[in-house]
Amino acid sequence: MLPLKATNDFVVKFANVNGSGSASANQLFAKAILRMGIPIASRNIFPSNIQGLPTWFEVRVSGEGHLGRRGGVDMAVAMNPQTWDRDVAEIEPGGYLVYDSTKPLPASRFRDDITVLGVPLTELCNARYADARQRQLFKNIMYVGALSSLLGIDPAVVERLLAEQYRGKEKLAASNREAFHIGRDWAAAHLAPIGLRLERADKVGNRIYVDGNSAAALGAVYGGATVCAWYPITPSTSLAEAFERYCRRFRTDPDQRKRYAIVQAEDELASLGIVIGASWNGARAFTATSGPGISLMQEFVGLSYFAEIPAVIFDVQRAGPSTGMPTRTQQSDILAAAYASHGDTKHVLLLPEDPRECFDFGAAAFDLADRLQTTVFVMLDLDIGMNDWLCEPFAWDDAKRMDRGKVMTAEMLEAGATFGRYLDVDGDGIPYRTYPGTHPTKGAFFTRGTSRDRFAKYTEHGPAYVDNMQRLLRKFETAKTLVPAPIERKASRATPYGVIYYGSTSAAMREALVGLEEDGIHLDAMRIRAFPFHDDVGRFIAAHETVFVVEQNRDAQLRTLITTECGIDPARLVPILHYDGTPITARFIRAAIGRHASALDVVPLRRTVP
Amino acid sequence: MSYLKPTLHHPKLPTNALGLTRRDYEGSISTLCAGCGHDSISAAIVQAVWELSIPPHRVAKLSGIGCSSKTPDYFLGASHGFNSVHGRMPSVLTGASLANRDLIYLGVSGDGDSASIGLGQFAHLMRRGVNMTYIVENNGVYGLTKGQFSATSDKGSKARKGAVNTDEPIDLVALALELGATFVARSFSGDKNQLVPLIKGALTHQGVAFIDCISPCVAFNNHEGSTKSYDYVREHNEAVNRLDVFFDRMPITASYAPGEMIEVTQHDGSVLRMRKLHEEHDPTDRVAALNYLARHKAMGEIVTGLLYVDPHPEDLHHHLGTVATPLNRLDDAALCPGAAALEEINAALR
Repeated sequence: MLPLKATNDFVVKFANVNGSGSASANQLFAKAILRMGIPIASRNIFPSNIQGLPTWFEVRVSGEGHLGRRGGVDMAVAMNPQTWDRDVAEIEPGGYLVYDSTKPLPASRFRDDITVLGVPLTELCNARYADARQRQLFKNIMYVGALSSLLGIDPAVVERLLAEQYRGKEKLAASNREAFHIGRDWAAAHLAPIGLRLERADKVGNRIYVDGNSAAALGAVYGGATVCAWYPITPSTSLAEAFERYCRRFRTDPDQRKRYAIVQAEDELASLGIVIGASWNGARAFTATSGPGISLMQEFVGLSYFAEIPAVIFDVQRAGPSTGMPTRTQQSDILAAAYASHGDTKHVLLLPEDPRECFDFGAAAFDLADRLQTTVFVMLDLDIGMNDWLCEPFAWDDAKRMDRGKVMTAEMLEAGATFGRYLDVDGDGIPYRTYPGTHPTKGAFFTRGTSRDRFAKYTEHGPAYVDNMQRLLRKFETAKTLVPAPIERKASRATPYGVIYYGSTSAAMREALVGLEEDGIHLDAMRIRAFPFHDDVGRFIAAHETVFVVEQNRDAQLRTLITTECGIDPARLVPILHYDGTPITARFIRAAIGRHASALDVVPLRRTVP
Repeated sequence: MSYLKPTLHHPKLPTNALGLTRRDYEGSISTLCAGCGHDSISAAIVQAVWELSIPPHRVAKLSGIGCSSKTPDYFLGASHGFNSVHGRMPSVLTGASLANRDLIYLGVSGDGDSASIGLGQFAHLMRRGVNMTYIVENNGVYGLTKGQFSATSDKGSKARKGAVNTDEPIDLVALALELGATFVARSFSGDKNQLVPLIKGALTHQGVAFIDCISPCVAFNNHEGSTKSYDYVREHNEAVNRLDVFFDRMPITASYAPGEMIEVTQHDGSVLRMRKLHEEHDPTDRVAALNYLARHKAMGEIVTGLLYVDPHPEDLHHHLGTVATPLNRLDDAALCPGAAALEEINAALR
């Protein structure tokens, strides 16, 4: 077996023990490649644990700019004896294994179809450091040094990153630099060049490298959110924490008083209760949670829908049901969110594809919630939320102002405007609201979760209930025109086949489309960015004989939503489903659609077997 | 059903400092049963807010679900009200309070709403010290669903159809004391003279003020064998003090023996003047109040009055360090860091 040869196109997987300080070394490795102008996609695969369990960090180097997970491992950096066998087994034939060769291992623990690169990391560390913690931490920087030699990372880039990271802490910067060079020098002196190479490129541009949770939190800051109530739950916790961090930076008065309020609530019910109370009273408020939290919030979501109170919920989806797989990704809350609560309800969902859209939608969600006076879900998932993604830089137009929607002011009331809290004055299904305390004698009303008439008076009269429920449907129609429209991408030739996808699947989908074209399978593609569905979704499906719907859940939830809401014959929508908790890959999509396409009698022009 | 009340009233009705009559503080006509204790509490709220000359629209009234939670419709018709979700008034009110610290918050709840389904939210609101008045209209029974025991039903209390409660009751007053409430009182809907000043004291208190108000349910819990009936409560009611609330320090007209009178000046300048009825009770000592409560409960007494007040309460806004301007009034300039700041963030992410 010939060793793999590739430049700027391979996957390196680090196997570590969590709590060992490997994360920052791995980040350093990833960022150094980016600084060389080479796109990467990185993913943490980690347990629900603080210390001692296996954790992996995967870096896909892609000069072509593919940001989805590729699948397969070309080089493993095996630092965790506990997962050794599995890590070694995963390496592609012809791949490379970097390991700590301080203790000799029997030949049976290796494979003969890979290149084994032993670096005596423990020995090097023990020779240099006396302190146990230092020995542990610098071991990580040392393997980055060794990799820099093997793969061709410019040491100046790493030194610069260390200087930035430890700005003002020169001692730390110096010791990290030293450890890096110990590893680098050892590898240069003892290991022969390998087939995997990094070469400077100019493919990163001005893109940024950031996680979706931070981006969404920043969106909430720019969107004018002032109240955040949340309950810790993986993988959404870092969103609330990022909001606090950005607020501390941007919303602290000179006297240290805060232009925001964050409450860590006792549970998810209270979180959404606080959000609804704050929004009722005219503040912009949100919560961040995941599937189990969405389950607990059901009753309040219905109240928000029926009492018409804005609320923004960031749902960073993880695998379910129940409290399952907290550290694994899925898109499995689509139906739970779209139809959350009892009774006839439906809710606005925004489906960002990457951190840039997490920021955009994170800010826009507050305008939408105010404009529509209802709950807006921003549906992230663990893959977008907790991994750093290469994406377009954040952008903001300083001329933009918050759209607070239809709020009747004291002046309007004084001028004699008719105020009916649930009166559809403009035909768009959206009534005016007043904030508490607006006017001494006009505009007060009693907010109820139970039925009322157009002027907020209690009634159990059937026709009044129907009248109101019909108006809520009109409002949902209005929502279609306000939410982000789907984005279409035409195949290079006319085709009866289409594919629909959304969220974190996008990166893998884009790459799969290229591969499928190579396979002779042409697909028009539509990325859905919101629910309710824009009319274009129905048109797109109508224009194709068969449409694949690619999702990361078992039950084809978006497909169900499309067939139900757009009145589509389910037979025309072919589900492509990936739900093992790992991010979907282009390889998976390409293979799955390829199988279906041949069954559907698509005759490929040229079939390439990967 | 809600009915519109005629707004006409006698021209000589007394007015408060705002020139408003009590009628200006009323709400819709109550749909509760005739003789329900809750209606007396609504009337006491009307009286207290009127006497304090609070503009009605500066009060936000919130509730959960149940008979008690329906009552905010029956007082302060010019206030915004929110009949939220069963047991969740505390969280909704907490959010409302965060959004606008300038309004006065009144939460009305029941024993099912606060001691059963909402016990968690009750506890956490007390812990956080939300600046509000929290009134539990406590009848020991589920009224709207027709007569089930609630979590505040006393052990041994008998239901109308004869079943005897075997579970220990939850004493919300003891819990509130334990959890850090800074104004804690118990009263009885049948004692308006005691209740009105307690509500006034609670409304002027700048922290979390809790009033457990025993309020007999005439339909399901006012019979022989019930410990929440009008007769039982009257027989066992032991008031520890009589409260008066003043804004201007009025001269003490009656003469009291030393130690008989306790005055507490609150942050807003209001003075709580308590005439002691039980010598051993000190309303400024939390631990003593808890002990007193436990001792007298064991003696079968229903202890009422202002049991504890902290003259220097801290509230949630204080703990969070929020700005003085209500958060719901902050504009784009105060909230949005702008494009230049975003460029700095971008630069740090490359």
